[in-house]
Amino acid sequence: MLIRTKDEILSSEITPQSVYMNRRKFMAAAAATGLAAVAGETASRLLQPSRVEAADEKLSTVKSQYSTPGLTLTSFQDITHYNNFYEFGVNKDDPAKNAGRLRTRPWTIQVEGLVKEKKTFDIDTLLKMKPLEDRVYRFRCVEAWSMVIPWVGYSLSEFINACEPLPSAKFVQFISLADSKQELLPWNSGISWPYSEGLRMDEAMHPLTLLTFGLYGQVLPNQDGAPVRVIVPWKYGFKSAKSIVKIKFVKSQPSTTWNDMAANEYGFYSNVNPNHDHPRWSQKRERVIGAPIFRQLQPTLMFNGYGDQVASLYNGMDLNKYY
Amino acid sequence: MNKRSMVVLKTLAHAACFAPVAWLLWHLYLSVTTDPTALGPDPTHTVTFFTGRGTLRLLVITLAVTPIRRLIPQLAWLGRFRRLLGLYAFFYGCLHLLTYVWLYAGWSWAAMVDDISQRRFITAGLAAWLMMVPLALTSTTWSIRKLGGKNWNRLHWLTYAAAISGVIHYWWGVKSGVKTPLPITLALGVLLLARPILRWRQQRIALRVQRSEAA
Repeated sequence: MLIRTKDEILSSEITPQSVYMNRRKFMAAAAATGLAAVAGETASRLLQPSRVEAADEKLSTVKSQYSTPGLTLTSFQDITHYNNFYEFGVNKDDPAKNAGRLRTRPWTIQVEGLVKEKKTFDIDTLLKMKPLEDRVYRFRCVEAWSMVIPWVGYSLSEFINACEPLPSAKFVQFISLADSKQELLPWNSGISWPYSEGLRMDEAMHPLTLLTFGLYGQVLPNQDGAPVRVIVPWKYGFKSAKSIVKIKFVKSQPSTTWNDMAANEYGFYSNVNPNHDHPRWSQKRERVIGAPIFRQLQPTLMFNGYGDQVASLYNGMDLNKYY
Repeated sequence: MNKRSMVVLKTLAHAACFAPVAWLLWHLYLSVTTDPTALGPDPTHTVTFFTGRGTLRLLVITLAVTPIRRLIPQLAWLGRFRRLLGLYAFFYGCLHLLTYVWLYAGWSWAAMVDDISQRRFITAGLAAWLMMVPLALTSTTWSIRKLGGKNWNRLHWLTYAAAISGVIHYWWGVKSGVKTPLPITLALGVLLLARPILRWRQQRIALRVQRSEAA
């Protein structure tokens, strides 16, 4: 059961943290000019802000019954500067530096496989297909860090229905853009491009699974998977494919990037599960990004806190075997 | 090298080794007071890698002292910095361990036992630190005299084992695809090769000297 709190503020109405921080920075800058010695780092930050600003295109959004109430949002700055998006480099700050080369228009998603007929959807058609909802979700990376992100989008199921898959379709595969003209596609990542992810059909049809177009009430910044991605809040982040160009409906479990690379570390399901550790680190706890250092650690919740809604999808399954 | 310049150089060495810790403490102070972003989005991770990399770098620098002395006899006085460097490596290692015990394990014995028994990268890291303990304990002039030069030298071969274990710990700790441990691994590899090569070179020189004396 989802509990909705009254007078929930739309995340689009909140002054984005970046703007708020900018104001502070401006005041700080004014004060700093009065000082003879400005620390080198501060000076360089003022002269050349590290931020690659998003296009700052506002999206008109509505409230959602599926949003998670009562969470403290991670700052826009951290959501856009601490990214795993290997197409743009393997370090956390690489995507913010390099994703500026991504062209998000024109953009289409090809739909193929077990569907009534092959279709191609234009991004602007998709944006208008259903009302865009503000959905705050927990985000848990397999590397044991977490954020809280106010995404914008609508349930993937709405889009899947428009794709008209055949009853024989049991899984859905997402293919991300792999274009060396726009992306680095680093060889040393060990990934064979394009990035591929997949979900079981019932997972993809679950209302929490979000076809995502934005965050903090505006269009997705490039480094967060623009212009369209999925978000599956009860799974580790890598399951949520970014910059999707193709969706394929298939009969059996599709091959997925990280699972292909190291099946013992990254299962196909990869549901957030504090009781099943990664072979190299514990999944019992997580580091909250942006939290003060001595209060960064918090316990990880089963299904990332979405057990009430999704646990039934896995009834009778041994989650230690199907991790 | 005269005594005064030695004092100056030692002071500089202390400053250089301690400066990164001072930087870290200052940013830690900033992060809990005025600027929560001072240590980046993931401060625990920042501190962990900062102290861990510091340990490995200092270990490798310590190990480089002897080969450099052999190669360039004019730099023989570098030998007097080896203990200082080694002890700073241990100091950084202790900070790294403290980061783990405090920020990751939250002082929980259960969590630590769990980690050590199940996670090979933690086991490797702990092994590296444990190997450094006897080295730090026997770093005094008194213990060198007590152990005798030969035994002391033999014991201090452990420095290599600690460095190797530390590098393995680093590789096991990062995700596949991340190549950040590569430079330090190469540096250690060069040092491991340097020892036998230098010994071979010295033997050849000694042989030549012998021959010329015979002739």
